[in-house]
Amino acid sequence: MTYQKTQTAPADAPRREILTENGILTLRLTGVWRKDRPFPDIQPVLAALAATPPPKALRFDTAGVAGWDSLFLTQCRAILALAGERRVDVDLSGLPDGTASLLELAQKVPERQGAARKTSHAPFLERMGDLGLGLYQATGNLLEFVGEMTLACLALARGKAVFQRSGLVALMYQASIEALPIVSLISLLVGLILAFVGAIQLSQFGAQIYVSTIVGIAMVRVMGAIMTGIIMAGRTGAAYAAELGTMQVNEEIDALRTFGFSPTQFLVLPRMIALVVMMPLLCIYADLMGILGGFIVGVLMLNINPVQYLTHTWQSVPLANFWIGLVHSTVFGVLVAMAGCYRGMRCGRSALAVGQATTSAVVTSILAIIIATAIITVACNIIGV
Amino acid sequence: MDASQNSAPAAPTAETPAIRVENLTMSYGDFVIMRDLDFTVQRGDIFIIMGGSGCGKSTLLRVLVGLKEPAAGRVVYREGSLWDAEPEKRDQILRRTGILYQSGALFSSMTLAENISLPLSQYTRLSRKDIRELASLKLALVGLAGFEDFYPSEISGGMCKRAGLARAMALDPDILFFDEPSAGLDPVSAHLLDELILELRESLGATFVVVTHELASIFAIGNNSVFLNVDTRTMTASGDPKELLAHSTDPNLRHFLTRGQE
Repeated sequence: MTYQKTQTAPADAPRREILTENGILTLRLTGVWRKDRPFPDIQPVLAALAATPPPKALRFDTAGVAGWDSLFLTQCRAILALAGERRVDVDLSGLPDGTASLLELAQKVPERQGAARKTSHAPFLERMGDLGLGLYQATGNLLEFVGEMTLACLALARGKAVFQRSGLVALMYQASIEALPIVSLISLLVGLILAFVGAIQLSQFGAQIYVSTIVGIAMVRVMGAIMTGIIMAGRTGAAYAAELGTMQVNEEIDALRTFGFSPTQFLVLPRMIALVVMMPLLCIYADLMGILGGFIVGVLMLNINPVQYLTHTWQSVPLANFWIGLVHSTVFGVLVAMAGCYRGMRCGRSALAVGQATTSAVVTSILAIIIATAIITVACNIIGV
Repeated sequence: MDASQNSAPAAPTAETPAIRVENLTMSYGDFVIMRDLDFTVQRGDIFIIMGGSGCGKSTLLRVLVGLKEPAAGRVVYREGSLWDAEPEKRDQILRRTGILYQSGALFSSMTLAENISLPLSQYTRLSRKDIRELASLKLALVGLAGFEDFYPSEISGGMCKRAGLARAMALDPDILFFDEPSAGLDPVSAHLLDELILELRESLGATFVVVTHELASIFAIGNNSVFLNVDTRTMTASGDPKELLAHSTDPNLRHFLTRGQE
């Protein structure tokens, strides 16, 4: 098949002649007036209508029109609007069957005053003010959520929290076993990378054995926790936001509320528990996988004796680092669950809002993880561990 | 509110009404949706809240069932005023109600039987077996016998609605609220749902509050109603919809009840 662009317009292209007779403007239209053909410029018609004195009447002669669609109607509408403004008498009878009635239909309900959105740009100060007010409101919302969460935790402590035990088990399973493959892969690779980077420097001094220390301390103290935190933010935090957001859209949260269940206790609390319990366990697992990664590099590439590598790791990583890692991961568990559930619970009632909730859940949790790491690191430095 | 006083409820009784709405005003921020609503739902009524799209029918329902706080006014149930009550008391009042949401709003992570069992296991001391049997019974009542272990995503929209109705009836409520029961249903299913509502009223003796703009349903099941006017943002009439059609002179209401013919 060959495509040819012909310079000459096809025979049935839309054409327009403007005839003026005794002050009566007649538009003689021929051809097929459809979207796929270029329409003649509308300007001459508008110019003829805008001329002074304006024409007495406007008529259409469309005997030669072989076809039309809604684009033709928009042209007619523009012409009629100007004709109406210029108080020109319009005779619609010349238009093809159906066009006149469609045009009347479009004019039947007048445009609602103030319904069309103004796209004006707000002045700088107004935008700053809006931003400030939005921040103020967001802070209030967040504090309210933290408060609700605290009350729910207190209810839990008193054994009065209402949620489904079976649901909690499923959530724990999702936040642990199902996350193992990706946590394994990423931690192993991070351990491997750390070992490689360290090995290049250390082998210059013949101190390859210290690769085990670098990998061990880095993974156990902070990297294991951060990697699991970020994986869970993308995996589970996003899932929580999407799940709760969809429940919001689907009126499920309203339904819970009207049954007298507190959504915070019923939905948020079990998710929080699942992550806070499972994150430290995942973190320990990630530590081990990271050390395994370093082990592979140390043994296979640097020819360190396997037993020596492991004993050195065991001896050179202080136990305090292990606890610091666990503190990190517990805090991350709280943060990821809070961010995911907060965004989900405050989700609007549309598909768009669910997408936004999910995105901001992930962004918020990753940001919170990094900030929390910084704070914990400085705090550890101050108390000297 | 002349209209509300003219139309006496179908069965006048000396006892307190099921719901009394007094001078209720609802708003989103500064934007007032409806003001000065004032009507009474008698026990055993099938009370229709009608009006054009966007007039605040669903918002009114949310206020009645404790999901949205009104800007002013009171909603008084037999047990007391809803919004003046402490949260615990409010929950207690609302436990006597059941709601069928527009989309069914079944908990998507649970089977139909679990959906219905949830309030039962929370608020009763029944055994697992009894709860399971009650759930089966409620499902059978709405024509879904045998669907106990299906998830909401596995059944059709109409079936979801009926399952939602079964869940709303779980605690044998005195008052059942329906948000657009016939929306998204084919005419036959919508008619069957109307029949079901009438039958349930007969057998349960419950009060029904139905938000709808479906004229066929309004005339088929309603014996009392309130019309919310989207232009004036107030209620313009209340009474039996058939009476309103026969006698009302309000042009907006006539327009609505006659599908824009008058």
